Amino acid sequence: MFLQQLINGLTVGSVYALIALGYTMVYGILGLINFAHGEIYMTGAYLGVIFFGIFTVMGLTAKSLTLSIILTFILSIVYSSAYGYTIEKIAYRPLRHAPRLSPLITALGVSIFLQNYVMLSQGAKDKVFPTILSGGFTIGNATVSNLQIFIMVTSVVLMVLLHLFITKTRIGTAMRATAQDKKMASLLGINVDNVISATFIIGSGLAAAGGMMIAMHYGLINFYMGYVAGLKAFTAAVLGGIGNIPGAMLGGIVLGLVEALGAGYISSEYKDVFAFGILILVLLFKPSGLLGENLQEKV
Amino acid sequence: MKRVLFDMLTYLLIPLWFVLLTLPFLGISGSIKLGAVLLVCSAFIKIVETQYIASLPNILENRVERIKNRAKKIDGRLNMGVMLLILVLLPFTLNRYSIDIAIIAGIYIVLALGLNIVVGLAGLLALGYIAFYAVGAYTFALLSTQYHVSFWTALPIGGLLAAVFGLLLGAPTLRLRGDYLAIVTLGFGEITRIILNNWDALTGGPNGVMDIGRPEIFGYRFNTPAAFYYLILIMAIITATVVKRLNESRIGRAWVAIREDEVAAEAMGIDTTKMKLLAFSLGAAIAGIAGVFYAAKMSFVSPESFTFLESIIILCMVVIGGIGSIPGVILGAVVLIVLPETLREFQDYRMLVFGASMVIMMIFRPQGLLGSSARRMELEPVDERALGHEDESLYDIKKGERLE
Repeated sequence: MFLQQLINGLTVGSVYALIALGYTMVYGILGLINFAHGEIYMTGAYLGVIFFGIFTVMGLTAKSLTLSIILTFILSIVYSSAYGYTIEKIAYRPLRHAPRLSPLITALGVSIFLQNYVMLSQGAKDKVFPTILSGGFTIGNATVSNLQIFIMVTSVVLMVLLHLFITKTRIGTAMRATAQDKKMASLLGINVDNVISATFIIGSGLAAAGGMMIAMHYGLINFYMGYVAGLKAFTAAVLGGIGNIPGAMLGGIVLGLVEALGAGYISSEYKDVFAFGILILVLLFKPSGLLGENLQEKV
Repeated sequence: MKRVLFDMLTYLLIPLWFVLLTLPFLGISGSIKLGAVLLVCSAFIKIVETQYIASLPNILENRVERIKNRAKKIDGRLNMGVMLLILVLLPFTLNRYSIDIAIIAGIYIVLALGLNIVVGLAGLLALGYIAFYAVGAYTFALLSTQYHVSFWTALPIGGLLAAVFGLLLGAPTLRLRGDYLAIVTLGFGEITRIILNNWDALTGGPNGVMDIGRPEIFGYRFNTPAAFYYLILIMAIITATVVKRLNESRIGRAWVAIREDEVAAEAMGIDTTKMKLLAFSLGAAIAGIAGVFYAAKMSFVSPESFTFLESIIILCMVVIGGIGSIPGVILGAVVLIVLPETLREFQDYRMLVFGASMVIMMIFRPQGLLGSSARRMELEPVDERALGHEDESLYDIKKGERLE
């Protein structure tokens, strides 16, 4: 029982972590809660279903399943990144100097718009993601599906790639500099607008990957799935310390575990209560989140 | 010649980008149609001159200013009494359906005014405001169905209980800054809804509570929409008066001071924790009272009326109307309730248009429809002196500064 819930929790948690990264990176740089991020995750899942469907019709899936999965992932990530980039350009960039709550409202507007855009174009009914990667194995009395392993491995690979990108590349360094001090970064010749675009592109790509993997895991997607996932991922980002990239990863995993263990041992109906409850508890005792730095207030 | 060609290319590029972007969702014919529409639009914009488009925000600004001035003039001529008369006579000119919408708008005016205390005056971003509304609604629902408590007794009880919840939530969390508070209140809102949904023994679970008693006064039973309309009208007027007077009082000034600079406010001798708690619990109490009214009006409550989206809509009312401004908040509530109704002819596209108009409205008027003039000064400083007064308060991250 414990092992089983642990594995389930890790699976869902790693997807939460992927989405949380997008929240935390945008927050770190813009100080904006990007409520449209959950919708990008949903869009990514839909794109996955659409592209996989196209490949199936084309006959590529029958020829090489691996190739079609890889292509689906790449296309969907690229597309979702384009969506994220466009959203930032239309809805957030004109409001860079507006009162702080204004971009929050446009984020919500974008979120409502995207939900209805997907609902109207794809129908309000659930969409089915075909079962691929079936089979699995057992450890003790817990069953682990190959898909769960795939999700965990992919998430870890993506997170390692992100870490390398942030720490080793030029844009990554520019991103960290911008997150620390936007004005100073621009004085040092960093194009802050480009950095922000890059942040949205990367965050959206990660969310899309998460969306597709959840679609494969549950087999069903719908146009409102982004809402709860977005809330949870944002919770995970805050839990780990918002603006902190390793924190988002840790927060996602912790949230997934708490939810799975709470659902398994206490009550599955209250699993969301555990998720938010643990958040409130952590914030009460460590207001900056698990890995957040305790910033002294400057006067 | 080269320049013209380049211009034309960029105008083609934007529609092309959207064609590619929407291709998987809309299919080939759908996305090409969209591209054609965008092409026509961008050509139109080109013809109407880019100059005009660039000055559009200013033109809009002037127009709003003119309307405001005219409204002031009319206000001077007609005074409050006439406005009240119009509101009182309103039910006689509307059909039943429209009166119901007016009642809903009234409830949201009260809620938005309450949230305005928390977000607009004290500057505390709360995202779970609907939970207090739910507390009020369920208080009356349970008291009425199980103990036959009357509406008038339940009204203060609902408000008090919501205030207690506000205090319980606020006491430990108000020391958290800005967005942490936002997420904690969000979590609280969700927890409340989930508990209401699952505690079947007390709340009836997803089925909710039915047959809630109607208010009665001197033997007169409120059962027509018009009666409820007058009741919520009175409640809205009282709430607006209370908020207005609070705003102009010592407490209101303390809240604004906290909003603008908490450290400075504390240094000036304001008990910031107490003041923030007061704002939080007052806002909660108003929501609780609105909740009692809602339960009485609907005579039925269920958890699905208290979702996160509702909290967000109320926040949108406050921000779109003009944060901190009482007429603005009232206008925001009316617009957000009436707008989806007028968009009914778009049918399925209603919410799509709603989302898009939220974005457009904010891009053109970031300070809200009736943003206070003080706030506009902050947004568009006219001279260096005003620029010097810029600070990093919750609402102004001008010049890319971030609140730590």
